[in-house]
Amino acid sequence: MTGVNPDLPLNHTPGHVQHDGHNLTGFIIFLCSESIIFIAFFAGYAVLKITSPEWLPDGVEGLETKMPLINSIILVSSSFVAYFAEVYLHKKNLWGFRAMWLLTMAMGSYFVYGQYVEWSELTFTLSSGVFGGTFYLLTGFHGLHVITGILLMGLMLFRSFIPNNYVKGDMGVTSVSLFWHFVDVIWIILFLLIYVWQRTT
Amino acid sequence: MTITDYDPRVLKAPHPVPGAPDNWKRFFSFNTDAKVIGIQYFGLSLLFLLLGGLLAMVMRGELITPPADLVDPSVYNGLYTMHGTVMLFLFLFPVLNGFNNLLIPTMIGAPDMAFPKLNALAFWLVPVFAVVLLSSFFVPGGPASSGWWSYPPMSIQNPLGHFINGEFLWILAVAISGVSSIMGAVNFVTTIIGMRAPGMGYFRMPVFVWTAWAAQTLQLIGLPALTGGAIMLLFDLSFGTSFFRPEGGGDPVLYQHFFWFYSHPAVYVMVLPVFGIFSELITVYSRKPLFGYKFVALASFIITFLGLIVWVHHMFYTGTPQWMRNLFMVTTMLIAVPTGVKVFAWLGTLWGGKIRLTTSMLFVLGGLVNFIFGGITGVMLGTVPIDIHLGNTYFVVAHFHYIIFNTIGFGVFAGIYHWFPKFTGRMYYEGLGKIHFTLTFIGATLNWLPLHWAGLYGMPRRVASYDPEFALWNVIASIGAFMLGVASIPFILNIVSSWARGPRATPNPWRAIGLEWLLPSPPPAENFEDDIPTVISEPYGYGMGHPLVEDEEFYIRRSLEA
Repeated sequence: MTGVNPDLPLNHTPGHVQHDGHNLTGFIIFLCSESIIFIAFFAGYAVLKITSPEWLPDGVEGLETKMPLINSIILVSSSFVAYFAEVYLHKKNLWGFRAMWLLTMAMGSYFVYGQYVEWSELTFTLSSGVFGGTFYLLTGFHGLHVITGILLMGLMLFRSFIPNNYVKGDMGVTSVSLFWHFVDVIWIILFLLIYVWQRTT
Repeated sequence: MTITDYDPRVLKAPHPVPGAPDNWKRFFSFNTDAKVIGIQYFGLSLLFLLLGGLLAMVMRGELITPPADLVDPSVYNGLYTMHGTVMLFLFLFPVLNGFNNLLIPTMIGAPDMAFPKLNALAFWLVPVFAVVLLSSFFVPGGPASSGWWSYPPMSIQNPLGHFINGEFLWILAVAISGVSSIMGAVNFVTTIIGMRAPGMGYFRMPVFVWTAWAAQTLQLIGLPALTGGAIMLLFDLSFGTSFFRPEGGGDPVLYQHFFWFYSHPAVYVMVLPVFGIFSELITVYSRKPLFGYKFVALASFIITFLGLIVWVHHMFYTGTPQWMRNLFMVTTMLIAVPTGVKVFAWLGTLWGGKIRLTTSMLFVLGGLVNFIFGGITGVMLGTVPIDIHLGNTYFVVAHFHYIIFNTIGFGVFAGIYHWFPKFTGRMYYEGLGKIHFTLTFIGATLNWLPLHWAGLYGMPRRVASYDPEFALWNVIASIGAFMLGVASIPFILNIVSSWARGPRATPNPWRAIGLEWLLPSPPPAENFEDDIPTVISEPYGYGMGHPLVEDEEFYIRRSLEA
């Protein structure tokens, strides 16, 4: 950040100064923007759910919540594991970081697996009215973000084996971890909207 | 404080420019220099201005007589859809990104954008989606033809049953365009927040930077909503969902909310940078500081905020409940306030100024007059009773062309002429420029002024044939449209010939105050390189007599030596 004091001593700032904060600033701006797609989907979901004359397709009673709840708990706790990974990295404990980071990836992968199992057991499809469409759209779009997060974490794990890679800074890890928290928060809202708010009428 | 005190720096030669200035091949490569990317945006988007204009002239040729005789009505549907899409997504957004790339780093004293590679990638997505969009002319069934807003249920019809059809390609192109714009917006906002020269606080930024920032913020908030709607539309069209299909329980009006939540602010995305251009140029060519600088700067963000809560005024006649109509009518009226602040600030700046009527200033004044006109018809259309009466008539077409072309287009031309010497190092020909302005102003007025009457008398938009009672207005409009086509000839001649062999430009031909004018013309690759100046006063200090940056003589002298 540049100063605003007009009485600064005479100086000509070099143009090649490192701007460490840029990547993080840019990434946070991107995440804010990305969250609007989800907000748009959530708003669309809510509007369709409230106004649709026939919400559930024929033969569908509602959604099973037990397995998704376990899945959610695993995904949300993985955010805390990711946080501890970052703490280890700050303490320069690389192996601690790798272990925690790998655990986060494993928990994320379990979530994707659980989602896959749930999808394969469902009796309705993408084209089963607005209910089917919104369900698969929301969970699928979120699932893509989870998979992206896991891939990005894999990249960061790989980069931790490059000697001295994190000496200068760990902007990549901070960004990916931020992305992971973002994906988790989105899931909590999504879970409340889809699984908890099940209309009975 | 004399220059001899700084001898070591004066002796330091600027870094050699990677790729000599006359190396034209760099404009066709994956170059990460924001100034090269800016010129790439200009070149490409001006080509699409010609294409969009050509489509428009075919339409006006068709409308010169009441019956549909030149083209088939179904072809006509494709023409207006593609005309709107090309002009917005392939001309206006890219051309304004051209300004952003050239001006944001140089105006704030940054060496480049925050993410140069992302910047180049964002640019190269433009030709990609251009190819996707234009290839729809060659698929069975022809291009998308449900208008640029692509309302369902029209847009989710696929009578021929091909997976790849005009609508599919249209949605795909809009989605890629969205990705490109988001990349650009992240980059511009990060650059403005993090890369300003020392001493350049937010209230020392030129108004163009403020408006670009406000506009890119709108992109960041609005575009994802459109993308969300476009994804759902694509699923409806191609994968059998029924988000917007009433027979499957969906709601077609929901799409309109997604669409206008972005596409109304999109107008502000386009007009805000033009407000910035107006503010920059009016001060230079009136030799006066900007009247109410802080208010003009802040009004940009007030427009951003209000621009996000007015979108339902496009839907007054699509079954919107009365309370919602009233609410959005009020917000629409409110947006005239910050806009009015800007207009009065420009008038206050012009008042008593020493006005120089260069080509760029003529375009600013022409654009300002047209903007006041288009703004007033905008307030008219924002009132519910008038909108229900005039919605989907030529009055709407006339209104938004007064904004989109007669204001934004004029502002773009003004900006091109004004900064042409800075970024090409050549002066343009003033005579050709004035011919261009005269033809454009007369053509634009003939084209869109009569259409207000056609609309008031009830001529519907998007039709290939019409009642003969509207013939007179349409003949005048078509003459104006062809005149606009002719106006492109002096413009192209001017740009091409003056860039090739125009007189060399000095670093500051307009005696303007601003960081970009302390650089050589054209600026070197890293702008100020290792001597980024420290800003010590507010912008637009015309007639104040105090320097903009510390050690100003050094920069002026260096820019002259380069």
